[in-house]
Order: sequence, then structure tokens, then C-alpha cells
Amino acid sequence: MKILPLSLKNLARKPGRTAALVLLTAFLALAVFGGSVVILSLRTGLQSLEARLGADIILVPSEAQSKVSFQNMFLQGTTGAFYMDAAVADKALEVPGVEKAAPQTFLASLKADCCSIKIQVIGIDPAKDFTVQPWIARSLTGDMGDMDVVVGCKVEAGIGEIIRIYEQRCKVVAQLEPTGTGLDTAVYCNMHTMDTLLAAAEAKGVSHKIASGDDSVISAVYIKVKDGYDIDTVNTALTGKLRKVTAVRTRSMITGVSDSLAGVSRTVSAMTVVIWILAFIILLLAYTLVVRERTREFAVLRLIGASRGMLGRMALLESALCGLGGGIAGTGLAAIGVFSFSALIESSLGLPYLFPGIGTILLLAAGTVLLSIAVSALASAFAARRLSRVQPGTALREGN
Amino acid sequence: MLLRADNISKTFFRKTGSANYFYAVSPLSLEIHPETVTVLMGRSGSGKTTLLNMLSGILQPTEGSVWLGDTDLYRLKDAALSRLRNERIGVVPQARSAVDTLTVMENILLPERLYGRKAPAEKARRWMEMFEIGHLENAFPKELSGGELRRMAIIRALVQEPEVLFADEPTGDLDDENTERVLSALASYAHEEKKGVMIVTHENDAVKYADRIFKMEGGELF
Repeated sequence: MKILPLSLKNLARKPGRTAALVLLTAFLALAVFGGSVVILSLRTGLQSLEARLGADIILVPSEAQSKVSFQNMFLQGTTGAFYMDAAVADKALEVPGVEKAAPQTFLASLKADCCSIKIQVIGIDPAKDFTVQPWIARSLTGDMGDMDVVVGCKVEAGIGEIIRIYEQRCKVVAQLEPTGTGLDTAVYCNMHTMDTLLAAAEAKGVSHKIASGDDSVISAVYIKVKDGYDIDTVNTALTGKLRKVTAVRTRSMITGVSDSLAGVSRTVSAMTVVIWILAFIILLLAYTLVVRERTREFAVLRLIGASRGMLGRMALLESALCGLGGGIAGTGLAAIGVFSFSALIESSLGLPYLFPGIGTILLLAAGTVLLSIAVSALASAFAARRLSRVQPGTALREGN
Repeated sequence: MLLRADNISKTFFRKTGSANYFYAVSPLSLEIHPETVTVLMGRSGSGKTTLLNMLSGILQPTEGSVWLGDTDLYRLKDAALSRLRNERIGVVPQARSAVDTLTVMENILLPERLYGRKAPAEKARRWMEMFEIGHLENAFPKELSGGELRRMAIIRALVQEPEVLFADEPTGDLDDENTERVLSALASYAHEEKKGVMIVTHENDAVKYADRIFKMEGGELF
């Protein structure tokens, strides 16, 4: 039985009808694929953020709460700095339940020659760090030497290039993978380099001195809690033991982002569902109108020996082909949109935004196309049943 | 005997009038023989087309049975009956019966292609030349006149080479010359190919080609 060539001719020789059905399905696919990629990118961004933070608790100076939005610094990579005594890291290790304590020192650059905007320079102690180091290790095989820097993926400097920060020449030795967060614009260096940069900043009038006058400063300590210890208990113990230091659970910081993400996800999902329902109803109506238009054609086919099953399959095949065309077109258009305007989407949402892996995207695209085919076929099922039951004698006489 | 109708009838539901059901075709029996042109005459509304539809396997009788050789048509499942109709029964309906998205040639070869058989394009061309629509091979039905469409439908049925060919008012849209040509071709098909042909008409042109003549009136066969 050869209904495929007949179906293809029907579709090709009724371009207006075919285009309308393909366009409707494309609209569906666009909404589903585009919406899904945005939601998945937000989730991937959040996972990436959690992984990059990698700590259970972060210690910051108490003044940080009033001085800058330190949460934005950790989550969004906005520039800013606050300082406390470097001894805080060692004192934290004395608190029961603390397994690791990794200090970091922040310095907001003036306009660096690599970038059109201010960047956040983050000093880490490679011997103690457990948060950034695993990410750096993916891009850098050796050690990060003095005046070496590792840059985020959005810093416009290639490996081997020299960037100047407070007029200090720093060599880019690696570039990190994307995180989908503001941390992609950060620059990482070791503590010796950071000391040099702090001194250079001081010379430029950017003070990092703390009240005690101690030159050895850090901005935050990332804490990993030992297995079996309650994080809240350790958090309370740290706050009690360390003066002028605030201990913040990373989860509580991420909760805000997570809540925002859930809100955006709900909105995008709701819009997608509404678009699907509307488009499905329109498709249903369109196929119902097609029944009227094609009754004579199906009556002729019945007359020359097409079975009901054959006619039903033909109607379903044609709608499935429209679904296939619409699914591919809609998914393609959505892909062009979400990938071309990812920066705009990211800045509009103000949330971590990182595309999932290519495998996931391809699966999603395939799923969207299959869904388009299924919905198109489902919308035409009623029409297919009606057309397959056409009574040729009556139908031809009525259309005479 | 090719085809036999045993005591078939057809009733339809009608909402108006004193009776809810009426006989479109009263119980009747009929045989169609090979090498025979059977002409069924009668006025409009006499039940001719309903009878033709029942005999050709597209309208199940209310009562009775229709046999093509040893096969009781209406005991077959739809798929089997459809295939049988495609391979052994040809129908030229009274109404326009073209698929608009296919060319004239594609329409003519459609019955063969529907079941993946080799399409006899050369034979179709010969018929088209004979019926003077050879130049319309690649035209679409909307570009054809009523008479050309009628000839296309007749060629489609002839190319199928069915054992029994039913033609409902086959000369309705034709001029005298084409009427003669078509009736002559149908008669030749019956006599030379040893097939059965049944022509349903309300005109007298077909009488001279008839081997058997029936008349229908008020659903009854005379």
C-alpha cells in the first residue's frame, strides 16, 4: 500500500493549507523547546552555582552585611570588597565539625585593560582551597604561580596574554569553563599575587586596611563541615567563637536564587501550557474544517478501493508530517532565539543561566519534535475518523 | 454469471411522512453476466444509484446478499472488501470524482498505485487519446470541463480492468460524439474483454448497446 507518496503530493499541492498547519505546530514546538531550554538553563545555572560555591558555610566580616550585598558578590560576581583578619581561617579550623577552611580575598579592580567593566579579583590559597581549585584544575594542569591569573570565561583575555590590574602585569594561564553566573567575569590569583595587587591598590588610594591595622587580610572563609556534623550547629558555633564575623549557610543564600528560579520556571511553564492548549484547540478546529474540505477526495479514494483503515492512516500520516515539519521548524527557530539572545535572557532574568549539555539539548529537541508529531496526529484523530467513514455514494452526491 | 444479487433491498430512515422507513430499493434479485452490457433505466429518484452502490460493494443492503463469483461481498471485512473492489469492481460515479491534488494521469492510475501495483501508463495514454483528453495528462482536475472529467473517470475504471464495471450516468456531461465514443468503448470492453458492464442512465442513448435492459420505478425493478 502506497499512501506516503499520495500524502506527500496532497501536502505539496495544497501549500496554503499545509503551511497553516505547519505554522501552528511550529508555534507549539517553539514554545515548548524555547521554554524548556530556558528552564533547564536556569536549573543548570543553579547547579553550577552550588557546585562552584562548594562550601557549607561562608564566613564574612560582620560589616559586610551593611557594606555591600555580599550575597550578590558570591552568587552574581558583582564587584566589591570587605576585609577581616586573616587569622579567622585558622581559628575557624578549631571549631568542632569544621573539616576545611579556605580563605579568599577580594579586590575590585579599577577599569582593567582586559575589560570594559570592573572585574572582581579573587585571591585563593591553593593549599587550602577546595572550592575554586577543582574548577581551575580542569583548565590548568600546573600550579598557578605568582602574578599568574586564571580568568572566567567572559573575561576578554586569552591564555598567555598579559592583563594589567592596578598597573601590575598579570599573565593569564587558564580560562575557566562557563558557570552561567557573574563569576564568569572574575579573575583568580594566589594569595601572593593578591598581596601585590592589594599593595598596588593601596598605592592608588584604594584602602583595604582593617581597624586592627593588620596588613594580613582576607575577605571570606569557605567552610566545609565534617560528615556527621549538623551544619546549623557548626554555623552557630562559628558565630559564637569568632568575633566580628558572620557565618552564612550557602544553602540559605541559594534558597533566594532557587525561589526566584522556581517563580520563573512556573511562569514559563504556565505560559507554555497555555500556548499548547490554545494551539491544540486551533489545530483541532483546523483539522475539523479540513474534514469538510476533503470529504469528496476521501469519498473518491473509498470508491476506488481504499479501506477505512487506509484512509484513517493517510489522514494521520499527513497531520504527522505537518507535525514533523512544524516541530523541526519551531525547534530550529526557538534554538536560534534562545542561543542568539542568551546574554539578553540571562541579564533580563538576573539569575544563573547556563545551557545544559549538547546531549540534553539534542534530546530535548528530539522530544519536542516527537511531541509535535503526536499532538498534531492527536488533533487530527477526530477528523481522520470522520474522513475514514465517508460514505462515497452519499458524499459524492452531496458534493455534486 | 459474474455477479449475483439475492433478494437485496435498501431502506432509509425518513423523519417526515407517515412511515419512518421507506424502501429506496424494494427486495430484488439480479445477475450480471460476462460479455454482457446491462442497462438500467429509470427516472431520477427511482433507486438506480442506490442499487448500483449496493451491487458495487459500497453500500450495504438492508437485506439480502451480493455475490461476486463465490464471494459474498458484505460478509467480508472492510479491508478485504475494499481490496476486492479495487481489484475486481470498477465504478464510474454519477458525480465528479477526481482527487484535486493529483494530475489527470495520476488520478487515472490511482487505483493501481493505491495498492502498489505497476501502473499501466501506456494503456492509460491509449484510452486518453481515444477519448480525446491525451493532451490533458498533466493537467489538474480543476482545469477540466465536466465532460473531460467524466471521460477521465471512465478511463480510470477501464484501466483497472475490473471483472464488473458499473457506470452511473456515464454520458451525462458529454456531447453526442463523445457519448457514442464512450458507450461504444464500454460495449467493446464487455464483449471483447469478456467482462460485465452495467450502465445506469435515464437517457435512451445506451439502449442500442444493451444486451439486457431493466427499468426501475419507485425502487422496484422491472
